[in-house]
Amino acid sequence: MWGLNLPIVLALAAIGGVLAWRRAHTLVWLLYTGGALWAFFRFGFTVPIPQSVATIYLGITGLALVSYASSSRERLAETVQPIQRLILEPRYRLALAGLLVALPGLAAYNAYADLTMPLEAPGFGREIHPPPPTELTVHDETIDMATAENPYLHYKHDDPELYGKHVENGRRVYYENCFWCHGDGMGGDGMFAHGLNPVPSNFNDVGTLPALQSSFVHWRIAKGGPGMPAGGTPWDSAMPAWEKFLTTEEMWDVNLFIYDFNGYEPRALGQH
Amino acid sequence: MNRNRILFGIGVLAFVSVIVTVRLGGFLVDNEYRQPDRQVAAQEEQGEAELTPRQQGIADEQAADEAEAQARPYEEAEYRTVPFVGSRVTVWVLAQLHLLFAAFVLAVPLFAFIIEFVGYVKKEERYNKLAYEFTKLLSVSFSMTATFGAFLTFGLIILYPKFTNYLMHIFSPTFLPYVLLFFLEALFLYSYYYGWGKFGPKMHLFLGFMLNIVGTAIMFIANAWLTFMMSPGRRDDVDGDGVPDFVSAVSESGALLSLRDAFFNFTWMPINIHRIIANVAFGGSIAAAYAAFRYLQAKTDEEKAHFDWMGYVGNFVAIIAFLPLPFAGYYLAAEIYAFSQTLGIQMMGGTFSWLFVIQAALIGNLFLGANYYLWLGMGRMEGGVHFQKFIKWLLIAIALCFAVWATPRYAISSVSEIAAMGGSSHPQLSYLGQMSAKNTAVNILILSTYMSFLLYRRTGRQSVHPHRDLLTRAQAIVFSSAAALVIFYGVYGYYVDAAIRIRFAIPQVYSVLAALVVITVIDLPLYRNAAQSGETKWGRMPAVSQYALIFIALSFTWLMGLMGYVRSGLRQEWHVYGVILDTSPDAYTPTLGFATQVVSVTVLIFFGLLGVVFWLSSLGGKKDWEPKPVADGRDQLEGGQAA
Repeated sequence: MWGLNLPIVLALAAIGGVLAWRRAHTLVWLLYTGGALWAFFRFGFTVPIPQSVATIYLGITGLALVSYASSSRERLAETVQPIQRLILEPRYRLALAGLLVALPGLAAYNAYADLTMPLEAPGFGREIHPPPPTELTVHDETIDMATAENPYLHYKHDDPELYGKHVENGRRVYYENCFWCHGDGMGGDGMFAHGLNPVPSNFNDVGTLPALQSSFVHWRIAKGGPGMPAGGTPWDSAMPAWEKFLTTEEMWDVNLFIYDFNGYEPRALGQH
Repeated sequence: MNRNRILFGIGVLAFVSVIVTVRLGGFLVDNEYRQPDRQVAAQEEQGEAELTPRQQGIADEQAADEAEAQARPYEEAEYRTVPFVGSRVTVWVLAQLHLLFAAFVLAVPLFAFIIEFVGYVKKEERYNKLAYEFTKLLSVSFSMTATFGAFLTFGLIILYPKFTNYLMHIFSPTFLPYVLLFFLEALFLYSYYYGWGKFGPKMHLFLGFMLNIVGTAIMFIANAWLTFMMSPGRRDDVDGDGVPDFVSAVSESGALLSLRDAFFNFTWMPINIHRIIANVAFGGSIAAAYAAFRYLQAKTDEEKAHFDWMGYVGNFVAIIAFLPLPFAGYYLAAEIYAFSQTLGIQMMGGTFSWLFVIQAALIGNLFLGANYYLWLGMGRMEGGVHFQKFIKWLLIAIALCFAVWATPRYAISSVSEIAAMGGSSHPQLSYLGQMSAKNTAVNILILSTYMSFLLYRRTGRQSVHPHRDLLTRAQAIVFSSAAALVIFYGVYGYYVDAAIRIRFAIPQVYSVLAALVVITVIDLPLYRNAAQSGETKWGRMPAVSQYALIFIALSFTWLMGLMGYVRSGLRQEWHVYGVILDTSPDAYTPTLGFATQVVSVTVLIFFGLLGVVFWLSSLGGKKDWEPKPVADGRDQLEGGQAA
C-alpha cells in the first residue's frame, strides 16, 4: 500500500504503541524515534529510497531530536538523568561496561560496512530541457535565442489565412517525419518510442511547450541530439538534426503546428 | 625568567641571524670562480680586467632584457592572474566580503533607527540604549566595508582591466553621485553615532533617517552595476502587442545606447527589494550574534540581562525580515527566468539547481534554529511550563516541512538505486519534490514559526480582555483555516495542470500573510495590559541558546554567499550577459563542491573579521588602563611600556 513495506511499518508502529501504553521515558522516546525513522527510511519502502535522500532525512531527524531534548532546562535535565544514573550508580556498572564496548563496536562495524560496500559506478542525472545557447546558427542564419520568435506566429492575428497555410505545411512535415517517435497525438508515444532512451518528448504535457520559447523548440528541431549540452547527456537523444533534411521555413512551420495542435502559445520573452 | 627578557633575547637572536645570513651570502658571492689570481692581478694592473664567465653571462642577460624591454610595444592587458588561487576566486572572495560588511552596515541603521523611534514614542530609555548598542557596531564595520570596497575595486582594475574599463564606460556618470553619497553616508553615520545624546531626539532621529536614505541610495546605484552584468536592458512593451519586449541598453558591439536602460535594467528592482529585506534579516542575525558573544562573556547579571534582551531583539528583527524573504526570492527568480530562458533553465533545472537543495537545507536550519531559540526563551518567564506541551507538535510540523523542502525532485543515486527506482526519481518521494509540496511546506513553516512566537509572547501572561475566550477562538479559527487552505491547495495541485498549479502559490501566500496580519491585530488588544503570572527574567537563558543565535547568523551568511554565487555564476562565460564574453582562463563554471568550498572559506574569513569588529566594539565598555600599584609605591609598567 502506497509503496510502503507494511510489515516493517506496522512493527515500528506497534513498538511505538507499546511505548505510549507504558508511558515511556523521554530518553526512550528519543532513542525510539531516531531508530524507528532510520529503520523506516532504510526498510519502510518497497522501492528503497536513495542513500543521499535518507542521509538528508536522518540529518533533519537528528537535529530535531537534539532540539527537542534541549528545548527547556527541565526537559534536558529529564533526558540526561538516566544517562547520569547509568554512569554514576554502581548497580549499572555491568550495563555501562557493555555500553562502553558496544559503542566503539558499533563505530567499528560502521567503518567495516563502509569499507566492504560493493563498488558501483556513480549514476548521472540528466536534464530534460538543457539550457540553450545564446545564439543559434541554422542554414547560415544566426538568431538570438533570447529574443527570436517564430517568424510566422504573428500571422495568427495579422493574416489568419496565411497562418493556416503555414500550420498545414507544418502538419505535413510532422506526419512525414516526426510522428514515428512523437506519436499521432504528440504524446511522445510513437511506434518507435519504446526503443528509445531517453523517450521522445510529450508535447501534450503542459510543462513542455508552454514553458519554452519557440526559439528553444527551433533549436531542438534544428540541432537534434548531436552536440547536446553536457547537462543533456549521458544518454544522447536519438532526435536527428533536422536542419540537414528540412528547410528553415519547414522547421518553423512544424514548430507552429505542434503549438497549434496542442492549443498552446510559446512562452514569450518577459513572461513568467 | 622574565617574559620581557625572553622577547628581547628572541629579537636580538633574529637580528643577529639576519646579519649572519647577509654576511654569509656576501662571502659566497665574493668567493666565486675567478681567473687564476696572478693573471687577474696582472690584468687589473694594466687596467684590462676581464669579466668572469658568470659575470659575462649576467651582463649579457641584462643587456638582452634591456633591449627586449626597449623593443616591446605598449599593450593593454585584458586579464592578469593571481598565483595559486586565480583571478576569479580572488575577486569572488573580495566581492563577497565587501558585500557582507556592506549589508550589515546598511541594515543596522535601519533597525537601530526603528528601535530608537519606538523608544522615543514609548518614552522608554532602554530602547534608546539598545539602539546605541547596535550602532556601536557600525563604526568599525563601515571601515571594513570601505576597505574591502577598495580591495575589490583595485582587484577588478588589476585583474580584469578591460572589463572594468568597459563598466566605467557604461556607468561613469554614476560614479560621482556614488562618491558624494558615500561622503554623506560617512557624515550621517558618524554624526548619528558620535552625536548620541548630544542632539535633541528629533534631530537625532532625523540624522538616522537620512543615514538610511543615503545608504539605500548607495546600494541602489551599486545594484545597477551588478544587475546590468546579468540583464543589460529593460523590459517594455515597445510594439504595443501586450507582450513585454526586451530593450537592450547597449548595441551589439557593446556601445552604450541608453544609460537609463542600463541603470533601470530588468533585474534591478527585484534585486533592490530582495537585498533590502535580506540585509535586515542578515543584519539582525549578526547583531544577535554580537549580543550572544557579549552574553557569553558577561560577568554580571545586569550585563547578561542587557545582552540577552539585545540578542532577542536582534533575532526578532532577523526572523520578521526572514518571513517574507522566500517570496522576494521567488520574485527575483521569476524575473530572471522572464528575462532569459537560458538563465532560468540553468538556475532551476540545470547545474545550479543542486545548490537550491543546499539552500533548502540551510533555510530549514534557520527556521529550526529560530524556533528553538523561542522555545528556550520561554524559560525566561516564570510559569512558562504551560506551553511546553505544544513544542513537540510544532517540532514535528517543522521537521516534516523541512524534510519535504529538502527532498530533491531527482535524487543523487547510484546505478543500483536508479535501477530499483526505474529512473532518477523515487515513485513515492518524487511527489514531495514538486512545487505543490514545496510551497505547502514553506507556508506551514512560516505559520509554525509564527505560532512559536505567539506562544512565547503569551508565556507567563494572562489576558484580561473581557472577550478573551472569543478572541482566542477567533485566532485559532483563522490559524486553522489558513493552514487548511494551504494544505488543500497543496494536495489539489496534484490533480490539476501545471499551468493552474503554479497559480495556487498565490492564494497560499495570501492566506498565510492574511492570517499573520489578522492574528496580530487580534493579539495586540488581547494582551494589552495583560496580567503577568511571573516576572520575565532576562539573562536566564542557557548558553546553548546563544550558540543557536551564532548558528543562525552563520547560516544566514552562508546562505548569502551561496545564493550570491548562484546569481553571479548563472552568467557562466559572460562578463555582461550576451555582450562581453569572458575569455580569461577562469571562464568556466567551477564544480559545485569547489564553489561551496570558496563560499565556506569566505564565511570563515568574514567571521574572523567579525570577531575583530566585536572585540573592537566591546573595548568601549572596558575599564580604562591603570598602572598596577607595587609594594614600594612606584607604578609597575606593564609590557615594558611607559604610561
